[in-house]
Amino acid sequence: MLSVALRQKLSEFSLEISFEAPPGVTVLFGGSGSGKTTVVNAVAGLNRPETGHVALNDRVLFDLDRGIWLPPHRRRIGYIFQEGRLFPHLTVQQNLLFGRWFAPKGAAREDLDRIVTMLGIAPLLSRQPGDLSGGEKQRVAIGRALLASPDLILADEPLAALDEARKEEILPYFERLRDEVKIPVLYVSHSAAEVARLATSVVVLQDGKVQRQGSAAEVLSDDRVMPTGVRAAGALLEARLKRHHPDGLSELEAGGLPLFLPQLRQNPGSLLRVRILAQDVILSRHKPEGLSALNILPGTVQHIRGGNGPGAMVSLKTDAGRVLARITQRSAKALELEEGIHCYAVVKSVAIARGDVSGKIHGDAGSKLGETP
Amino acid sequence: MSWLGPEGWQAVTLSLKVSIWASLLTLPFGIFTAYALARWHFPGKQLVNGLVHLPLILPPVVTGYLLLLAFGTQGPLGSLLQPLGISFAFRWTGAALAAAIMGFPLMVRAIRLSIEAVDPKLEEAAATLGASPLWVFGTVTLPLILPGVIAGTILGFAKAMGEFGATITFVSNIPGQTQTLPSAIYAFLQVPGGESAALRLVLISVGVAMTALILSEILARRASKRLGGM
Repeated sequence: MLSVALRQKLSEFSLEISFEAPPGVTVLFGGSGSGKTTVVNAVAGLNRPETGHVALNDRVLFDLDRGIWLPPHRRRIGYIFQEGRLFPHLTVQQNLLFGRWFAPKGAAREDLDRIVTMLGIAPLLSRQPGDLSGGEKQRVAIGRALLASPDLILADEPLAALDEARKEEILPYFERLRDEVKIPVLYVSHSAAEVARLATSVVVLQDGKVQRQGSAAEVLSDDRVMPTGVRAAGALLEARLKRHHPDGLSELEAGGLPLFLPQLRQNPGSLLRVRILAQDVILSRHKPEGLSALNILPGTVQHIRGGNGPGAMVSLKTDAGRVLARITQRSAKALELEEGIHCYAVVKSVAIARGDVSGKIHGDAGSKLGETP
Repeated sequence: MSWLGPEGWQAVTLSLKVSIWASLLTLPFGIFTAYALARWHFPGKQLVNGLVHLPLILPPVVTGYLLLLAFGTQGPLGSLLQPLGISFAFRWTGAALAAAIMGFPLMVRAIRLSIEAVDPKLEEAAATLGASPLWVFGTVTLPLILPGVIAGTILGFAKAMGEFGATITFVSNIPGQTQTLPSAIYAFLQVPGGESAALRLVLISVGVAMTALILSEILARRASKRLGGM
């Protein structure tokens, strides 16, 4: 358990936050300039806030009221930077083992072979960082942080410098990190897609304040956090994969409702999280018939929120979980949508990309389904 | 050897000895000063910077005379070091001191530039991996600035080989004691018929300088190749 509280004046606003990060991946989520990096750098000891304290389990990393400030090299934190920051004069293997020289003798040691296999970097070991692609560098950076036997992993937008294809290449490794390595991770991101795939819990930062904190499913389907104009807004459903159909579709079940998605790679029985973007959802007052879309989720309108533009965000409560729909205000009026109204959310199967489905769900998320395999 | 004559040969070996000592002994101080000037903020930083660069802009004779005042047997520093068995006046050690002081700004400059080129973010990364500041310096900063350190050392060495004004003012021109290569050339030119001996020393001087330059080029290239072609 990581607990963070700090205050610091920044140029635009003052940062004043406190939150606790449970085991698993906690995503610090917010737009650029919301103070996310300042928070992780304070946790790492790279910048010193005016006041505050950070404790990791029973270990106090700093408590400025009591005059405690551990220097960065004594904090035992694995920091994965946005730009990798591999040492150019060392080989990949030497980079990986750098932290091991300094880890205390008694520390639980991560096995080099295991990490190398997990990250798929065995062929790179003798290369110099200068010869690696952006995605390869980032995988090595993840390994280097893990092999320092840290008590906490910090990741500051580790995918921001990569293109979409490279992001897809790295995200599964972070999923494995979450599922296979029992170290809490504090992960900074401004991407809702990354939150949807990785987060155990989310801390939403805005203008230096914690705006909301909760599980990924709660936060992503909260339309107050996700502004109407944001294309990335969307709900997160937890579903179990039932079977693969021969026509290329995979059938899932969420809260008793069937979901059909383009063929998934996972095995039947596995628990998945599926992200449904608000802009891919159509609403209907009556149960649609003669419609090509395969996924129809009945629900009741929880609330409707209009923004400055022509759009409105409708939050719908279904048995599968909360679903967000981004429609026009005109449609909302035409359908006479209001709180408590029963309606149907329609989602085209092909609208859900493979990147919006992620593997194993960490922690307590599975219990919400009320079903055991 | 006979080609150079005993006096010429003495001057060459003395100059090599003086220059090697001058450049190697100042190296740790040079790296420390360069690091402090590149990375630290402290009161009086501009003053230190000015002092380091002073020998570069002062007339060498003035530097030599100031050294004589400070390190002469009667000088405050000279009389302080005398009981420790360290004396500079009219000895080859004095020539090495003069050469070191004159070469110091060049050495610091080269190393400082290479330190400023090292991304502090790499040093931060090393710190988060558990390296204390001293280890960060030894395992990240120093290897990365190696080409600059080599260049700075060679520059210091070359300056020491050529140093004349401060040396002759501080420790005079005693054959076998303090007569370095440039002083010997100067001495030969003062006597009739000394030109040919002076010319031979000039050739040696050019040869040593060229060798040093090529050597530094090769070493620096090898060092930066190790950095993955940075």
